[in-house]
Amino acid sequence: MKYPFPVGKSDFIQGDEAIARAAILAGCRFYAGYPITPASEIFEAMALYMPLVDGVSIQMEDEIGSIAAIIGASWAGTKAMTATSGPGFSLMQENLGYAVMTETPIVVVNMMRGGPSTGQPTFPAQGDMMQAIWGTHGDHMLIVLSPSTVQETFELTIRAFNLAEKYRTPVVILGDAELAHMRERVYIPNPDEIEVVYRKLPANEEEAKLPFGDPHGDGVPPMPIFGKGYRTYVTGLTHDESGHPRTVEPEVHQKLIGRIFRKILGHKDEIISYETFELDDAEIAIVTTGIVSRSAIRAVKMLRERGVKAGLLKLNTIWPFDFGMIEELAERVRKIYVPEMNMGQLYHLVREGANGKAEVELISKIGGEVHTPMEIVKRVVG
Amino acid sequence: MPEIYSKYPLIKYLRKEALPTALCPGCGGGTVLNAFANAVDGLKLDPRELVVVSGIGCSAWIASPYFLADTLHTTHGRAIAFATGVKVGLPDKKVVVISGDGDLAGIGGNHLIHAARRNIDITVILVNNFIYGMTGGQLAPTTPFGAKTTTSPYRNIEHPLQISETVSAAGASYVARWTTAHVYQLIESIKKALTVKGFSLVEVISQCPVQFGRRNRMKEPAEMLRWFLRNSVPLAKAKKMKPEELEGRFVIGEFVNRERPEFTEELNRLIDEVQEHFGLKEV
Repeated sequence: MKYPFPVGKSDFIQGDEAIARAAILAGCRFYAGYPITPASEIFEAMALYMPLVDGVSIQMEDEIGSIAAIIGASWAGTKAMTATSGPGFSLMQENLGYAVMTETPIVVVNMMRGGPSTGQPTFPAQGDMMQAIWGTHGDHMLIVLSPSTVQETFELTIRAFNLAEKYRTPVVILGDAELAHMRERVYIPNPDEIEVVYRKLPANEEEAKLPFGDPHGDGVPPMPIFGKGYRTYVTGLTHDESGHPRTVEPEVHQKLIGRIFRKILGHKDEIISYETFELDDAEIAIVTTGIVSRSAIRAVKMLRERGVKAGLLKLNTIWPFDFGMIEELAERVRKIYVPEMNMGQLYHLVREGANGKAEVELISKIGGEVHTPMEIVKRVVG
Repeated sequence: MPEIYSKYPLIKYLRKEALPTALCPGCGGGTVLNAFANAVDGLKLDPRELVVVSGIGCSAWIASPYFLADTLHTTHGRAIAFATGVKVGLPDKKVVVISGDGDLAGIGGNHLIHAARRNIDITVILVNNFIYGMTGGQLAPTTPFGAKTTTSPYRNIEHPLQISETVSAAGASYVARWTTAHVYQLIESIKKALTVKGFSLVEVISQCPVQFGRRNRMKEPAEMLRWFLRNSVPLAKAKKMKPEELEGRFVIGEFVNRERPEFTEELNRLIDEVQEHFGLKEV
C-alpha cells in the first residue's frame, strides 16, 4: 500500500494533520465531517488523502449527520472517524450515546476551543472534559484520550482506533486549538511498526445471533457487521443479547449497562495510560492532562532548581479515571496542584481520587492562553 | 406464534419472534410493511442484500424489528444520515429507510433534503400520518391546516410541508406519493424506488385513527381511508388546479423518475480519477 504522505521518517506538521495521517495508518477508511474551527484541517487532510487510500471522506449537512454517518459506516464494517470542536461536539452528544448503547467502534475528535457557545473559536481551552465524559444522557461508559504534543496526538489517534475496535466502544480524543494548529516534528512510522487492531467478528452463526452477548467473558461481543447475511438487529433502545428491544424489564437494562461498564472498567489497567516526571521522591505533585502538561514539565524543572521537590503526573487517558492511583499519590505527597485551562474540571476528579489524603489546589486559567511555567511555579512557592 | 401469521404468505420476510407488532389496530403501518414485503418479494430480492434503517416514532417500528434484514434502528430524525454511512460502506447493498413524517421531515428534514440533493442511492419510505403518534398525538409539520392535535387543541394555524414536492425540488431521482388506500400503486412505486439508481422517496399517506382520526371526526380506520380516497388528486389533474383548490387534498402519483449522477458512484469515480492522476492505479 502506498501512502499519500512519507512514512518511516519525520515530518513537520500540525496536530490536525497528524490526526488525519494517524487515522489513515490505523485503518480509518471513512470520514464524515462538517467544517469548524479549529478542526477543519483534519477534514481537509482527510478529503485530500482518503481517495488515495481507497477511502472516503464526505461532508455532511451538520455534526449530527457526521456522527450518524460514521456509526452507519462502522456497522458496514469500516473504521470511521469524525472531528469537530465545542459547538459541533455538543450536537454530537445524542448519537455519541447511541454509539455507546449499540457498542459501535468510532473515533470522535474534539479540538477544544473556548466556550460555552461560540466562545473563542481560535483559542485553546480544556472546558469540554466533563462533557466528553458525561455529555450524553443516561448511564454510560466510554474512553477519552488527551494528548499534549503533536507526536502524542499522532500516537493517541492510533491508540484511539485500537481501543475503539478492541472494546467495541466510541473513543473521544480531546485535543485543543493549540495542538490543532501548532507545527511540531512528528515521527510517522512505517505501517509495519504500528499495531493495528480490528474488531472481533463472529466466529460462527451462533455468535452472530448474539450481537450484544458475552461469549468470551470479556464483556466485548463479536460484532456481526452488516452485509454478511447475519440480519443483525441494532437499536438504541434497551435490548437483550440478541439485540431485540426489551424496555420494561429492569434486569435487562441492568445487565446491558452493567456489561458496557464492565468491558471498559474491567480493562482499565490496559486502557489507562499516563506518564510521570520526577514524581518518585516528590513532595509536591502536579497533575495535568493535554497541552498544559508542557508548561508543567518546565515548572517542575524550575521548582527543582529552587529546591522544591516537585513532580508531574500527566494523564494521557482521562476516562476511565484511576481514582486509586491518585489516592496512592496523595498518600505520599504534601499537596497536589491541578493546572487546567477551565474553571476546574480535572480538579474535581483529582480531589475525589485524593480522598482527603492530600490538599488539592486548582490552578485555573481561561481566556485562551496556556499557563506559563512561571504561573504554576508562583502558585506552588507562594 | 399465532396461527394467523403462518397463513401470511410473506411471513418468511419477518422476524417471527417479534410478532405481533406493537402497532395499534387500524394503523396504516401494517399496510406499509405488507407493501414493502410485497415489493421485495416481487423483485425477488434476497433480504440479506438489504439494510433497513429507521428513526424514532411509530412508523420507525414498521420494519424494525419486524422485517428480517440487517436493521439499524437509530435516533430521532437521523435515520437518513446513518443510512448514508451504511450505503457508502456497503455500496452494493440496498439501503432502505422506513420512518415517519415527524422523524424524517420534521426533526430530520435537513438530512432528507441533503440526501436528495446528494442523490445517494437510498430508498426512503416516508409514512405520513400527519401526527406525532407515539408521543400522544402532537402537531406535526405535516398536520393539515385547521386540524386538531394535542398541541393545537383549538386548530392548526400552520400549513403542512409538502414533502414529495420538496424532495423532488431537492434533486431526488425518484419521488412518488400514494396513500394506504392505493396499495397496488404503492407496491409498484416501492419496486421502482428500490430499482432506480439514486435517491428515491415513496411518501405514503397513512391513517392514525387513534391519535389523528379520533380528534378530527374520523375515529374509524375505514373513515380515514375514505377520506384519503375522496381527497386524492392524481398529479396530472392537480397540475391544472389552483393552489387554493388543492388545500387539504392529497396529490398522488409519480412526481419524478429521472436519471441523475448517483453519489456512491461519483465517489468511486473520483477515487479512480485521483488514483490514476497520482499514478497509484495499477493499469
